Amino acid sequence: MCLGVPAKVKKIEGEWGWLDVNQLLLKINLSLVPGVKIGDYVIIHAGFAIQKLSAEEGESTLELFKQILEIDEK
Amino acid sequence: MNEPEKEKIKALIFCVKSLCHRLPEPVNLMEVCGTHTVAIYRSGIKQILCHKTRLISGPGCPVCVTPNELVDKAIWYALQSHTIVATFGDMFKVPGSYSSLAEAKTKGGKVQLTYSPLEALELAKRNPEERVVFLGVGFETTAPLVASAILKAKEHNLSNFMVLCGHKTIPQALEKIANNPFLNLQGLILPGHVSCIIGKNPYEFLAQDCNLRGVISGFEPGDILESICLLYKQIVEGRCEIEVQYRRAVSPEGNQEALAVLERVFTSSDSEWRGLGIIANSGLSIREEFSNWDADLVYPAQIGKPIQHKGCICGAVITGLKEPEECSLFGDTCNPEHPVGPCMVSSEGTCGTHFLYQAREIENESPVHP
Amino acid sequence: MKVQSTPRWGAELKEKEVIKLAHGSGGKLTRELIDKLIRPKFGNRILDRLEDAAVIFFPPHLLAFSTDSYVVRPIFFPGGDIGKLAVTGTINDLAVVGAQPLVISCGFILEEGLPLATLNRIIDSMQKVACETGCEIVAGDTKVVEKGAADQIFINTTGLGLIRTKSSLSIERIKPGDQIIVTGTIGDHAAAVFVARQNLPVKTSLISDCASLYRLLESLWNLGEKIRFMRDPTRGGIAATLNEIANRRNFGIEIVEETLPIQPEVKGICELMGFDPLHLANEGKAIIVASPESVEIVLSLLKQHPLGKNSSVIGRIVENPLGLVYMKTNLGTKRIIDLPVGDPLPRIC
Repeated sequence: MCLGVPAKVKKIEGEWGWLDVNQLLLKINLSLVPGVKIGDYVIIHAGFAIQKLSAEEGESTLELFKQILEIDEK
Repeated sequence: MNEPEKEKIKALIFCVKSLCHRLPEPVNLMEVCGTHTVAIYRSGIKQILCHKTRLISGPGCPVCVTPNELVDKAIWYALQSHTIVATFGDMFKVPGSYSSLAEAKTKGGKVQLTYSPLEALELAKRNPEERVVFLGVGFETTAPLVASAILKAKEHNLSNFMVLCGHKTIPQALEKIANNPFLNLQGLILPGHVSCIIGKNPYEFLAQDCNLRGVISGFEPGDILESICLLYKQIVEGRCEIEVQYRRAVSPEGNQEALAVLERVFTSSDSEWRGLGIIANSGLSIREEFSNWDADLVYPAQIGKPIQHKGCICGAVITGLKEPEECSLFGDTCNPEHPVGPCMVSSEGTCGTHFLYQAREIENESPVHP
Repeated sequence: MKVQSTPRWGAELKEKEVIKLAHGSGGKLTRELIDKLIRPKFGNRILDRLEDAAVIFFPPHLLAFSTDSYVVRPIFFPGGDIGKLAVTGTINDLAVVGAQPLVISCGFILEEGLPLATLNRIIDSMQKVACETGCEIVAGDTKVVEKGAADQIFINTTGLGLIRTKSSLSIERIKPGDQIIVTGTIGDHAAAVFVARQNLPVKTSLISDCASLYRLLESLWNLGEKIRFMRDPTRGGIAATLNEIANRRNFGIEIVEETLPIQPEVKGICELMGFDPLHLANEGKAIIVASPESVEIVLSLLKQHPLGKNSSVIGRIVENPLGLVYMKTNLGTKRIIDLPVGDPLPRIC
């Protein structure tokens, strides 16, 4: 129910930040993601950053693929 | 798409097809979120799933579950002098009992489409002689933003800004869906951005108490394919868990700051959902401390009793109980240019999508399903 | 099931229908208005062809005649203004039917209180484009209405051109197998104007693609029959243009998602607002339907011009499905591309 777009924090001015989305620079409210730093990635929704993006991907698709092949072979 | 992305998609498509054939019996999966409905439609993912899978669109679409009463109130506000209704674009064409905000605009109603609730706040600042009524719809993703706007309105003592609050919360609706004896669901694709806010924990009851598995999914085609794989894998392995596919954005406890802001301004209340009826504690109301910014208290709309258009079965459609084609209004009376119910408003809503695809197939290839 | 568009609450309220903004957006409701109200009254063999410009036989010449009105907001936007748009729009309507623009007329409706400096700027802009294209603004009219009766300025332009192509460009000449080319990135104009109109807190280098296509398309006129048809996909985007072709000729159109040229910023605006780039207006692009064997030469001619450097093949005409436009997605699935219903609305869902 929510369009959210990943964006990179380029500049911070108080509770606002300038964030890069596909070479667009948007002014976004950062008050809901305290501690965010320049260079961090966040999800933007309706003019706010709603969550920081982590680099964690956990189980990669390759790993999932391998597990599924094992199921297939059984 | 670059090469690694193409390879990843190929691998995921292989996984989905391979696991689909391993399913012990046909399954019904519900994708809860309206944004997932759009993403699935645009990427054509249903064409990849085998005949054993039925993918149902769920009620996680604020447009679809908002009852007529809220739209009727918004229209009333728009037609009052010295009043501007500020709203997300999603609600602009949604029909209420008699009309829509779009139609109200043609009659001179003042409606301003905004991207962010803070734009509505700015509108109020720039127009001190006008009341600005912001239409607060959306789930836990959007509610903290509106709460933030209300906090700022209080901070700046902005008395001409108010919110017509129609926010709802997802887990309670899922409980009702899970306990519906007429819906035979084997899995849920759970909303990724609601989960950014609330985390994974609020869904655990589904697996533990309702025997309904779920995967919290991102919105890229690869995310959705991976989530379907994970659901299939659980079914094949006989597991029933809540998993997070959208690991990069969703933590178990969610966004605590956003939740704190939400809870500061809003409190739980019972709420009416189109198609699901009244669900206890599934709505958000503005706390008494902020009652000066609650449109229902400060400037109550004088509307008649809301009516349901006879024959409109949007409620049954958005809970997967009926197909759009089973609605007597579908096509001739209710279509994207002249929608009767909210499911038809967007060409990517359940009914809008079915309308586009009705009786059409692309020959020589597999049929194009919605 | 026959699909009909009927008034919402039953036939008896048809008379109470009013014009909505969506009637002007180039999508389904615009089509409905033209098909149900305008054509039945005005219809004649020239109008019924519904080409971008009417082609009129005036022996020994073939003339092209086109009119358009401009109401864009804001009136100044990154990459152009309402004046530049008014002249390029009519020049382009002539160019896509193979006509060299000769003369243009222009009618102004001005709101009382419009600063003269604003009007001056707009007129300068119009003259600049006309000069660059080698045509002249030879007739005009000015009306002023009371404050509030018009939003600053509305412009109508009408253009007369001389057909220069060896064989006529016509939708009737399109055949299955023909290739569909777009002369550059899509959605630029609508995205740039949206950012400006909404006053979004966005910093971007994105500008409207508003430009005269005459010199770009002139290079193709000698290719004769190999070029079947051209159109500039303005309101309603390339989805509207492709649907018009598919519906008129009742064959299908396949476009390939991977081949669509879209600027990253336009993709960004679409992702943020929930827009579909296929529905966004363009003001400096052409859709060209060409024979398969001519694609290489067409692309090489287009790419020699700065406006055509991103030209690419985006699809082809197919026998089936009848009257439908579909897209092969990056996943290898197929998705129907329909006419938009109204102007794109920003979404949060």
